[in-house]
Amino acid sequence: MERCDCLVLVEDLGRPGYAHLGVPRAGALDPAALALANRLVGNRESEAGLEILLGGLCLAAQQSLRIALTGAPMLLWVGGRPAPLDAAVSVPAGSRIEVEPASSGLRSWLAVAGGLDVPETLRSRSADTLSGLGPAPLARGDVLEVGPSGPAAAAAEYPRSAAARATSGATVLRMLGGPRDDWFTPASLAAMLAADYRVTPSSDRVGVRLSGPRLVRRSNGELASEGLVLGAVQVPGDGQPLVFLADHPTTGGYPVVGVVEDDSLGLCAQLRPGDAVRFS
Amino acid sequence: MRSRRVGRHALLVMVDDPAAALSARALVLELAAPTSDDPLPAPLDVVPAARTLLVDGLPDPAAVERWRSRLDGMTLPAASLPESGSSDEVVVVDVVYDGADLDVVADVWACSPQAVAARHEETPYVVAFCGFAPGFAYCTPVAPLPQIPRRTSPRERVPAGSVALAGEYCGIYPNPMPGGWQLIGATDAQVFDPDRADPALLTPGDRVRFRAVR
Repeated sequence: MERCDCLVLVEDLGRPGYAHLGVPRAGALDPAALALANRLVGNRESEAGLEILLGGLCLAAQQSLRIALTGAPMLLWVGGRPAPLDAAVSVPAGSRIEVEPASSGLRSWLAVAGGLDVPETLRSRSADTLSGLGPAPLARGDVLEVGPSGPAAAAAEYPRSAAARATSGATVLRMLGGPRDDWFTPASLAAMLAADYRVTPSSDRVGVRLSGPRLVRRSNGELASEGLVLGAVQVPGDGQPLVFLADHPTTGGYPVVGVVEDDSLGLCAQLRPGDAVRFS
Repeated sequence: MRSRRVGRHALLVMVDDPAAALSARALVLELAAPTSDDPLPAPLDVVPAARTLLVDGLPDPAAVERWRSRLDGMTLPAASLPESGSSDEVVVVDVVYDGADLDVVADVWACSPQAVAARHEETPYVVAFCGFAPGFAYCTPVAPLPQIPRRTSPRERVPAGSVALAGEYCGIYPNPMPGGWQLIGATDAQVFDPDRADPALLTPGDRVRFRAVR
């Protein structure tokens, strides 16, 4: 890593199975985008890659590599030349890989044939920003080892990354109601679905925090803490919903009004502060 | 047992108390075991809490419905906290009772600070559930004790190994972190180590005894 001006984390598909011990799942915020990058370079979908926030890094390849970058439309340069996204790209030994900021979207995933060979913690190589488990964020001077790689993937039609599909206007997040939607007044639930919310700057890998019409409780009861799922839309005391992402806590004491569906979670990974979202 | 759908991959089983949540967890693990008759789709995570059990990581909504309809027709056998514990083995935690909030607890329990240690030692606990941080166990006294209020303003940094009380629960901070629980002592026990075969010292259903060391 010759230059690292942004948050770069090692992520795989996370560490499910330990939630009863209080261990968050972590893993790539858009698992489909990491899986796509891995397939493109001939890896198993679960290999560890880099999750890049916003862009601004330079890696020097000490051996020849095959890479793929998916997610936000960042600019990829290999050996000083522009290289395509959502495609396998050959990197000769000694050349540089540069990833520069995207004009839209927020995160990209860089896979390397063979996968990143960092030590596992609880059967996963994912960095967890909530608990601190897994590898530390990357910094200038870090050396990343790569595992043994197989043959390149056969050419095939691959879906584009979620960011490339995002359209202008509010991002629509598909949500299933419950388990605690009955804690809120019908009027405020209707208002939630009718209005746009804005993404606030305190959003991170734990969750997308939103600002918009307040959800109003029917009564003042307290909810005992209960298990949380990925995509849970929790409503704290201020009535402003937040969508829990991969580094969410395993339990929470505020009611969950709905759960954002898997395909919409990939869109959440690309939301910037100020972006508009709408629940449907 | 009543349950609610949670998204496309999970259901939340409603129970009366932490003991029932532990019993429900044992039942769910049994129903999902490949050795059971007509096993149900295996969940990735089964998370007990104070009044609920979350069954998460099911493949699809059809699997969620199969679980819901199976659990609908079942009644949970009544169990007290010690009966719902997962084993007869007791985890012993050595504590130096020198916490900064012993006076607060002594006030609530209407005894001297020295007697807080004795009372805490005498009380058998069971781990009801974990949460808040990896390895943070909510230990519940088998016989109820007067509830301890949280601090009005949390401490910015509670040292790792702090033994603390809040509400009906006793917990041990696995790492230095902010916290609002009342501190009664400290332990050298490593409550969470991801490199250990059993990363968490205390897991749901475990019996726990605290023992004073000087």
